[in-house]
Amino acid sequence: MTELHTRRSEFIAGIRDTFPLVIGAIPFGLIFGALAVNQGLSPAAALGFSLFVFAGSSQFIGAGLVAQGVSMALIIFTTFIVNVRHALYGATLAPYMKHLPQRWLLPLGFWLTDETFAVVITRYAKPDRSPFKHWYHLGSSVIMYLNWNLWTFIGLVAGQSIKPEDLTRLGLAFAMDVTFIGMIMGQLKSSPMVLAAIAAGLSAVVLYGMPNKLGLIVAVFIGIGVGLVSERLMGKDEPVTPTVESNIDGMPS
Amino acid sequence: MNEVLLILGMTLVTFLPRYGVLALMGRIEMPQPLFKALRYVPVTVLSAIIAPDLLLKDGSVNLALNNSFLAAGIIAILVSWRTKNLLLTIVLGMAALWVWRAVFPV
Repeated sequence: MTELHTRRSEFIAGIRDTFPLVIGAIPFGLIFGALAVNQGLSPAAALGFSLFVFAGSSQFIGAGLVAQGVSMALIIFTTFIVNVRHALYGATLAPYMKHLPQRWLLPLGFWLTDETFAVVITRYAKPDRSPFKHWYHLGSSVIMYLNWNLWTFIGLVAGQSIKPEDLTRLGLAFAMDVTFIGMIMGQLKSSPMVLAAIAAGLSAVVLYGMPNKLGLIVAVFIGIGVGLVSERLMGKDEPVTPTVESNIDGMPS
Repeated sequence: MNEVLLILGMTLVTFLPRYGVLALMGRIEMPQPLFKALRYVPVTVLSAIIAPDLLLKDGSVNLALNNSFLAAGIIAILVSWRTKNLLLTIVLGMAALWVWRAVFPV
């Protein structure tokens, strides 16, 4: 495909491809805004969580700990544990972003979420030589950020009239799961990759009871280990570049 | 509790793992074994995020028919496998969820 990539086209494609995940984040933003004030945060602080911390799970956990009267030091430490998985995303993205100046790395680092990582790693790994892939990354980041803060704010204002059960019934949160399913399937191109996915998924279920999402990160390491070991056992050395390129139609081209 | 300090602290410990490794790893020559390991990050992270969503209900495994996330998730996996089309997977997966819930209410 000889499509011409411009800053604008990449930015818009980043927004477009993140859209299902934006939908998936809506109920969580709403519920966070609605519940945070019940948990003893001031409305300004609730919005401050979304504006500055900008990390869904840890915002919920942090607000919950505030409600329980846990000490500030422990809340901050817990937040670190919950969010340390982002370091893995940074390591995975780093080879594709090392040419970028700080004025790009700082904001894109700040905005790095599960969702944006999932979308942009696919774009970076595409073999085309577009010089504006970071604009795609920017589009994904900005739309996730604006969306999260918008729905936090609406949740704050609507407050008591929001019933989490009604939102659950809509099933919007499933939009994230189903998008991730499509992305995973597009990357399962070798048996080690399939085994890694299965191992990580099952481990995450078994380890779900671990506090502070630690089960998630342990499951990822188990999955990586299973992938590497089965690669060796099968004698199939995959190319060493961290490609996760996807041939899925409907993904950014 | 001083909310400004709390937000400042939480912001810092969230920003550091996000930005720090991204900025640092770009400057050093990454050893090959690490490269190889990192290829598995996207697939394993996404699997580890969705598997509990599909299989667990209130912390325990739910394989009953009324687990609409699991049913629609399986349908989405099949659609994705057969069509290799992400958008179709999302649309049919969401449709499957709503239909399943209508047929098998919680």
